[in-house]
Amino acid sequence: MVKVELWAGLRAFTGGERTVEVDAKNIRELLQALSDAYPGLKPILDEGVSVAIDGEIFADSLIEPVGPENEIVLMQKIRGG
Amino acid sequence: MSNQAVSTTVNGDPVQFVCDPRETLLDVLRDRIGLTGSKEGCGTGDCGACSVTVDGRLVCSCLVLGVEAEGKKIETVEGIAEGPNLHVLQEKIIEHAALQCGICTPGILVAAKNLLEKNTNPTETEIRYWLAGNLCRCTGYDKIVRAVQAAAEDLRKAG
Amino acid sequence: MAFDTQTEKQFKYIGTRPKRQDGVDKVTGHALYGADTYKAGMLHGAIVRSPHAHARIIKIDTSKAEALDGVKAVVTRADFATGLTGENWNILENIMADKTALYDGHAIAAIAATSNLIARDAVKLVEVEYEILPHVTDIKEAISEGAPIIRESSIEANVPPDHHKNITRRFECGKGDVDVGFAEADLIVERDFTTEAAHQGYIEPHACLAHMTADGKGELWCTTQGHYNVQRICAALLGMETSQLRVTASEIGGGFGAKTTVFIDPVALALSRKANRPVKMVMTRSEVLRATGPASSSWSTVKVGMKKDGTITAAQATYRLQGGAFPSAPSESPAQVTFAPYDIEHAEMVGLSVMTNRPKQAAFRAPGAPMGVFASEQVLDEMAQELGIDPIELRLKNAAKEGTRGVHGPTFKRIGLIETLEAAKAHPHYSIPLKENQGRGVACGFWFNFGGSTSVSMALSEDGSVALSIGTPDIGGSRASMALMAAEVLGIPYEDIRVTVADTASLGYNDNTHGSRVTYAVGLATIEACRSAVKEMCKRAALKWGIDEEAVSWEDGYAKPSGPNAGDFEPLPLKAIASEMTKTGGPINGHFEASPNTAGPGFATHLVDVEVDPETGKTTVLRYTVVMDAGKAIHPDYVEGQMQGGAVQGIGWALNEEYVYGKDGRLQNTVFLDYRVPVASDLPMIDCVIIEVPNPGHPFGVRGVGETSIVPPLGAVANAVSNATGVRQTDLPMSPPRVLKGILEKQKANG
Ligand code: FES
Ligand code: FES
Repeated sequence: MVKVELWAGLRAFTGGERTVEVDAKNIRELLQALSDAYPGLKPILDEGVSVAIDGEIFADSLIEPVGPENEIVLMQKIRGG
Repeated sequence: MSNQAVSTTVNGDPVQFVCDPRETLLDVLRDRIGLTGSKEGCGTGDCGACSVTVDGRLVCSCLVLGVEAEGKKIETVEGIAEGPNLHVLQEKIIEHAALQCGICTPGILVAAKNLLEKNTNPTETEIRYWLAGNLCRCTGYDKIVRAVQAAAEDLRKAG
Repeated sequence: MAFDTQTEKQFKYIGTRPKRQDGVDKVTGHALYGADTYKAGMLHGAIVRSPHAHARIIKIDTSKAEALDGVKAVVTRADFATGLTGENWNILENIMADKTALYDGHAIAAIAATSNLIARDAVKLVEVEYEILPHVTDIKEAISEGAPIIRESSIEANVPPDHHKNITRRFECGKGDVDVGFAEADLIVERDFTTEAAHQGYIEPHACLAHMTADGKGELWCTTQGHYNVQRICAALLGMETSQLRVTASEIGGGFGAKTTVFIDPVALALSRKANRPVKMVMTRSEVLRATGPASSSWSTVKVGMKKDGTITAAQATYRLQGGAFPSAPSESPAQVTFAPYDIEHAEMVGLSVMTNRPKQAAFRAPGAPMGVFASEQVLDEMAQELGIDPIELRLKNAAKEGTRGVHGPTFKRIGLIETLEAAKAHPHYSIPLKENQGRGVACGFWFNFGGSTSVSMALSEDGSVALSIGTPDIGGSRASMALMAAEVLGIPYEDIRVTVADTASLGYNDNTHGSRVTYAVGLATIEACRSAVKEMCKRAALKWGIDEEAVSWEDGYAKPSGPNAGDFEPLPLKAIASEMTKTGGPINGHFEASPNTAGPGFATHLVDVEVDPETGKTTVLRYTVVMDAGKAIHPDYVEGQMQGGAVQGIGWALNEEYVYGKDGRLQNTVFLDYRVPVASDLPMIDCVIIEVPNPGHPFGVRGVGETSIVPPLGAVANAVSNATGVRQTDLPMSPPRVLKGILEKQKANG
């Protein structure tokens, strides 16, 4: 199981929880597990999100491994100029 | 309105062209003579990217009509270097990294050269006011002003 | 790609300031920008634009225009792909209206003719019948009761149903419990702030030359920050295969984020497809201002709680960003970044994206951050004053460092904020005495910085020189930085490396030149591409010497036997290996493809002194110092250039620049005379201090520098003007009439 911190605005879809636990070995599985557990999140995840693992922000990678030792933060997809 | 034939001199070369009387000197230089070094940033005389000299006078070529070039001597950025030898201003602009994107550079060069022809010892303020009609959105002007100062110094040394 | 400790040794090329390789072309006028190419039989395109802020398009009659001699093609929305979704649909809707004109300047139709003058004459002959709809251009009005709803279908799933229907996104992040934090505070300040839209203001208008041929293939030459992105979007909008369209990036005359999208390129392609001839399109300045994206305007509410000693106990903010008639305003950005420089236990940050009848906002350097920082850094400044704490000390007290969990969520690795603050404090600027009517402002800024997808290839020539191909347009000297990094790895002179921005058919996919990513990500790819060639060169040397590949090392341009048992051989220079390469196994090339994610966050501290004329309200910037962490400055001149350029754009945004809409919803300042960007005589020299706290995620320690530079200035200048006048500046721009009004009101209040 990995712990994922969601941005606060997503609490509405997780019954008030800001940190949730899902079973996943990489980002792809993590996003899938989140959609499965909290269907309300699916449209938001589909709009595009970034995932920060131990402080490094993965803009759109799906393959990055995640584990119970990692700090995992879901972020709204970041944009640059 | 029918097109008009114009004879002029550009960077020392005799040039003839035919243009619509509504075309600007900038249009003619770029589209009819093939000198695309002068740039159009605004078309309204506000950015200086199209700066050229007409009989030694610094103008925005977007505010001059092509037909007004008749019998005049036009100098553009393409005429600043002598063959393979860059003008000291061109050297200093490169050396001081006084360009990022470089779209303003032709206009800055034409305007700064015109200044140094009149005054080889301009103060920082004089440089800033002389170039106030040449917009640069990339550099914040710092390195441009330093490059012009350095070029002026070299010109003074060369006497 | 971790930081390479070996490179902590003296660099030979990195950190030097050689001449850029495109310098001669650019000072002689030979460099070719978007509008500088021509093709035989070329037509000129022009666009019909809506004069209304919001109107239903009843009928478009192009018959008179088509009858004009020289007109070869007319296109409308019907000439583009259907069935698009998401951002592709939004882009199409922005570049060519469908049923509704959504802002003043919105494209309705386009014409190609044999000359520019004829095309523009023909535009005037197109008759469009409109049914005018109610409009709204102001952010506060747009979310008031009774405001016309622009497009309810754009509202994202995370917007609660009780929100105004012009709010399309709601983002919230933070940590702890702000109620607890505010209860611990000795001082609480809450204020509202507004900023106006500012345009990126690149001097080169959008320009392109498109050619679609009868076999369905296309060629596009254009000014862009990312030609692969242009290729992808244009192919989608035209309903063609991506690879059938080859896009070549011209030299680019500035972009600052706004050239990461498209406006005219698909239109030129559609015209060319219809006319079966090449079509050139160049925007006028007023088209650029009316119909390409400025940055968002904003309305922010910021509340901070602080202990007497300056410790921030809680921060709460709502940032509302207006993004035009499209759902794209980056409101999540100020929510994430404005308080990220500080270690705060309790924070609640909300971002709301708001739609109005204005052009689609486009990215502008650290999109969304400057306007947020304008608000947050002013509240901190006010509180520092109230508590009698030096503004830099206040920031040092709360500064984020390695291990701090940011209000946006992630925990920072090694970052350089404290170093920038210490350097600012020690800088002579900070102790220059101020006179009457003068004020000093301090502000900090943070930006994430990006990695992004990158492909780089290098090819060795038989004479030992190197061609490096990158796929990111060079907007501020990046070719020089790449050549320096390649020189460092290969150990050959900078001058022996020629860097080219390759077209979409010549090199694999690359993300845009944006997000401060190029020196970091393309630099990293350049280093790795060169290292792969070095590996091959070591192999060739091993082959020649008849020893193991592992027994050869590369040092300063030479293959050398290394280790005690490698044998005694004369080191082989790169040139010698290159000259034999076709006989020793074939050409030697290097390449690298990846999407690196270890861009180090960027931090900066800005100092500014201003003088405000109490009679007129006019602000003069006296001194400006930018202190920024660059990780490692590859070519310090171009790092300084980013620092100075960002600061000056921020000064313009703070003091002069704004979009002015009339009651009729039309943009009133559509030329540079009225949309006033800073000119040389407005400014002092801009001092730069480059701090180098290596990014642990780049072989040479590079952090991006392009965007962080514009994050602090709005706040820094506002703090300076506030301190000079004694009036807190809550609204931008701080134009003379507005500042004067504040001074007069204060005088009145003081009797
Ligand atoms: S194009 Fe002539 S002044 Fe701008
Ligand atoms: S260098 Fe880009 S406008 Fe001056």
